[in-house]
Amino acid sequence: MDYAAVVILEILYMISFIALVSAGLAVVFGMMRVINLAHGEFVMLGGYTTLACQRAGIDLWFSMLILAPLVVGLVGLIVERLVIRFLYGRMIDTMLATWGLSLLLIGIVTLIFGSSAVNVPTPIPGYQLGAYQMGGYNLFIIGVTVALYIGMWLVLRYTRLGLIARGAMQNADIAASLGYNPRTVYMVTFTIGAALSGFAGGVLAPLTGLLPASGGGYIAQSFIAVITGGAGAVISGTLASSVLFGAISQIVSFASGPVLGDIVMLGLAIVLLRLMPTGISGRFFRNSQ
Amino acid sequence: MRVSRRDFLGATGALAVSSSLGSVGAFAQGKDILLGSVLDNSGNLDIYGKPMVMATTMAVEELNAAGGLLGRKIKAIQYDTQSDIALYTKFAQQLARTDKVDVVHGGITSASREAIRQTFKRANTLYFYNVLYEGGVCDRNCVVTGTTPAQAVEPIVEYAMKKWGNKVVILAADYNYGQITAKWLQHYIKERSGTVASTDFFPLDVADFGSTIAKIQQASPNFVVAALVGGAHMAFFRQWAASGMNKKIPLTSTTFGVGNEHLALSPAEGDGIVIAGNYSQEAQTPANQEFLARWKKRFGDTKIVHEIAVSQYQGIYAWAETVKKAGTLEREAMLKAVESGITITGPAGTVSIDPKTHHAALDIHLMEVKNQKLTIINTVKQRPPSDTAQFCDLLKNPNDNKQYEVKI
Repeated sequence: MDYAAVVILEILYMISFIALVSAGLAVVFGMMRVINLAHGEFVMLGGYTTLACQRAGIDLWFSMLILAPLVVGLVGLIVERLVIRFLYGRMIDTMLATWGLSLLLIGIVTLIFGSSAVNVPTPIPGYQLGAYQMGGYNLFIIGVTVALYIGMWLVLRYTRLGLIARGAMQNADIAASLGYNPRTVYMVTFTIGAALSGFAGGVLAPLTGLLPASGGGYIAQSFIAVITGGAGAVISGTLASSVLFGAISQIVSFASGPVLGDIVMLGLAIVLLRLMPTGISGRFFRNSQ
Repeated sequence: MRVSRRDFLGATGALAVSSSLGSVGAFAQGKDILLGSVLDNSGNLDIYGKPMVMATTMAVEELNAAGGLLGRKIKAIQYDTQSDIALYTKFAQQLARTDKVDVVHGGITSASREAIRQTFKRANTLYFYNVLYEGGVCDRNCVVTGTTPAQAVEPIVEYAMKKWGNKVVILAADYNYGQITAKWLQHYIKERSGTVASTDFFPLDVADFGSTIAKIQQASPNFVVAALVGGAHMAFFRQWAASGMNKKIPLTSTTFGVGNEHLALSPAEGDGIVIAGNYSQEAQTPANQEFLARWKKRFGDTKIVHEIAVSQYQGIYAWAETVKKAGTLEREAMLKAVESGITITGPAGTVSIDPKTHHAALDIHLMEVKNQKLTIINTVKQRPPSDTAQFCDLLKNPNDNKQYEVKI
């Protein structure tokens, strides 16, 4: 009985993990069709921002929840102004440029922080669940992810900003003819996407430890989730694929081991994309965000 | 401008070559002695490789300052393999065929060693592998100065089973090091009539251990042995502590500390982890203190010095002793010198190469992590590589070229 609860909590955690690291990518790729190969490094930067602020004596919660997204959002803004904005519509060029960017960011972080693994202390202690000892911080991650997605949905659905963003994504020309400069919308969207990645990095830092190269660990999972989710629907698609992949990989991990968990997840992604080339959202939630 | 892949690799390769800038005294006429190394000075594994590169530089500079070898200066040709196995093969070819070095000290992971070992054997280039590993390599051209499971794994099992009980969970990295080390663990545990509740393998990029930690609790072993490798696997130790398990089930490791993992964990997270190995910075021997002082003078920060940097340093000194004894750089003569028994004293104590296996008897410390330090519990002097010695006798079978594993 306890064990069942443990398994369910771990599944929920895995779903949240995938949804959290994919959020920034979902916004950037899903809404702008920009393939940002530096996505993992944005997540990593969020972690290092948290580390730097925490070392400077700033409150850990404030560092990870506020400063990490702010700093990485700012980095995103600079990157968009200097690089991305010249490459809209040129997918291969964007991939090359952002891949270079990811190497650059790894290099810079290595110069500043060194290449050894560093860590941010976990602010929430473990707790007892029946006979099992569980990580309390995992619960926090689940909660944060739920709050983040509700927030994103509210913004996209009910605010003027969300409406403009959706409009510009659906048809940039018409949005422009109505007086909204799509370039500005793209800039804001990319900045927000970067900030979301930074947020994920900040929140996850206490759990995984940090290395300059640790961004690479996030990129595969988030791309699979976002692409399988379908580019058309940022929230519902990403959530649907996170639930699917998180649950299945974790169930398989429990039944056998993490190797098979990853294999099953990748295999499933291939099958799904064969059956639903436009992603889960393209098939089931055609009219959602 | 078109840049072909070959030009690019050639240019970066040239950049990667760093020659030693040791003090040049009055050396006799003659070509420099060439010492090659292939180590990961950047990328995912540079936490292991960087201090090894520094140790190589330092050892070569010191040898040159003391007059070189055979009256000739030593020149280090160090290639950065960037944590990429493909580059190991490439640079190994280059060292053996183009640079024609007299000896190679290099390789970090067991995968990288196996990628280059046969290249050097075919090219008749003497090869030193100076890293702890899973044991069993029986190759006359290869000298190993790192620890093997009989030296650094069995003491952990012995201590932990006596202290905590006989039900064990094994977690290991999913490549040849972890696979073979897990077999030795099972062997040593069964030998002491213990039971292995489960053995799990993890690819090097796995960083989520939630399900693993839950499964360990379900198995409720008396202790856990982790043979995990690299930056991503660090997450296990963090998540283990974050869930409070570090207060409930004792944790031991065959690799912890080698990449200075104890510095990356807070005292509350790392305290109590039991490990075994050849080196601790805490060792209060004059040789170690002087070594650290020289390191500080040369590079500044001694925090990064770890076991395999010291192994690399000792490996180069063992090779220097070999050359002195052989009186020549001819490979056959150097191998004969190795097989006459080479003994040196390094920062981690006496290193004596066993003529039969080309492995080293080493001083082994059983250690516990306390307050980010590797505190020594006890020390066994000159523990032999008895695992490899079970199978390997290069004096009798000089043409043997195999890696032996324990049968379970």
